Amino acid sequence: MTRLLEAVGRALLRFLEELGRFFTMLGRVLLWAPQPPYDAPELLRQMARVGVQSVPVVFLTTLFTGMVLALQTHHAFAKFNATSMVGSVVAISLLQELSPVLSALMVTGRVGSSMAAEIGSMRITEQIDALKALATEPVHYLVVPRVIASVVMLPLLVVIGDVVGMYGGYFVAVQLLGSNPVAYYENSFQYVDLNDFTAGLVKSAVFGLILSVVACTRGYYTFGGAEGVGRSTTQAVVAASLAILLSDFFLTRLLF
Amino acid sequence: MSRAARGAPQDTGVLPKLRVEGLRKVYGGRPVLDGVNLSVARGESVVIVGPSGTGKSVLLKHFIGLLRPDGGRVFVDGQDLWALGVLQRNALRKKFGMAFQEGALFDSMSVYENVAFPLRRSRRSPAEVRARVEECLELVQLPDVGARRPSELSGGMRRRVGFARAIAHEPEILLFDEPNTGLDPIMTDIIAEVILGIRRHLPVTIVTITHHIASALKIGDRLALLFGGHILFQGGPQEFMSSGDAAVRQFVEGRAEGPLTVEFQKAGHKQVWEAR
Repeated sequence: MTRLLEAVGRALLRFLEELGRFFTMLGRVLLWAPQPPYDAPELLRQMARVGVQSVPVVFLTTLFTGMVLALQTHHAFAKFNATSMVGSVVAISLLQELSPVLSALMVTGRVGSSMAAEIGSMRITEQIDALKALATEPVHYLVVPRVIASVVMLPLLVVIGDVVGMYGGYFVAVQLLGSNPVAYYENSFQYVDLNDFTAGLVKSAVFGLILSVVACTRGYYTFGGAEGVGRSTTQAVVAASLAILLSDFFLTRLLF
Repeated sequence: MSRAARGAPQDTGVLPKLRVEGLRKVYGGRPVLDGVNLSVARGESVVIVGPSGTGKSVLLKHFIGLLRPDGGRVFVDGQDLWALGVLQRNALRKKFGMAFQEGALFDSMSVYENVAFPLRRSRRSPAEVRARVEECLELVQLPDVGARRPSELSGGMRRRVGFARAIAHEPEILLFDEPNTGLDPIMTDIIAEVILGIRRHLPVTIVTITHHIASALKIGDRLALLFGGHILFQGGPQEFMSSGDAAVRQFVEGRAEGPLTVEFQKAGHKQVWEAR
């Protein structure tokens, strides 16, 4: 019993430590972000990494999500003769939920892991110390551009995801399952308002913030050689994914 | 100066460039530095020697504020490093150049970009930056590696590029973390010559860590033996070599038996944790 309590206590302390590191890093990012000098080339490089290079993976993810969504709801709605509503369900699900969350999870796997690995290996090879020694704050130089790039680029990826996912749904419903194209199109937008779209974008910006700060924090506090870098990378992806899903619940409560 | 010197910081009459006072650092419950007092005068070259795992790198990293002390204070030009705000402390680091044990080169950049990194915010024109980078690379006898990536260099070459990067912006204070460990004897001497050359041209203050006694004697105005969390002995090269202190004799003569080994065994062979 004592051992169980000890284990629970230790896990709780670890969680609180992680939470503390997350908010400390967030505070440091907010402190350093407005400070000159501004490194525009580095910011653009990170935006290309987080955004442009993630387009294919977000494209495929949301395309197939939209297609599967249309397929499943069509079969379910056919039972009570409501297939005309498929367009609405696909649009609302994608805009509010699936496009932001799935895009964020894919970017976490693709970019979050590499952020943690890159910063982690810089830590263990003393490159972070070298930056400090050269009067360059590592948070300013390494973390700030990654966070800004994620916060800006994730909503843009989600816009692409929204369009692609809705087209995927349209393609399945109209081309494969024979729905009326005009009715499907009109239904898609009938129950959707602008708030569904903008709330999805707000969500994705928050997810961008979470995934980049979590990944950079894990990388920054790496210790223990190559094994430590591997551990940090895994932990970054798991922690950021969980944090995205958890915060999604609260954001949905707040925004809709 | 003898063992008794470990108590009080040196009083040179003028403001020391660098000073640590009662410095304490604890890792895993074990004090690695346990009340270290050391001053470095402006333009002086101090070499810290001592067996592996005694916290020499930890001490060096305290000078530039890469590590925060658990006790005691660090002064740079009379300013308490940890009483300053984060922005001021960052600005103060512009006075420093530091060469790391394994070079710590930025592997996302070329060698040229690494050496140019400290100059990117300076007022130098691109042509002046290029000239300075080439000058620094020539100084460490690596004139043709600018376009290469750090991963394409040998360990010794990486360390020399790290050295070039540390001196590129002509800092007032240079910190060298084992600049010649693992280098061949000729390159070891070249590095010592480069350090002497810098001193001839600039009134630079230097703190070096090395195991290499010959280099230490060549570049150091003063040698300090760090062991067991204290400065056991400090004095000029002649004083160091002629010292009757058993610990100094053991280190100079490189003997396995002696007071350093006994202390080391008492500490349970615990190595200093990698400074983070």
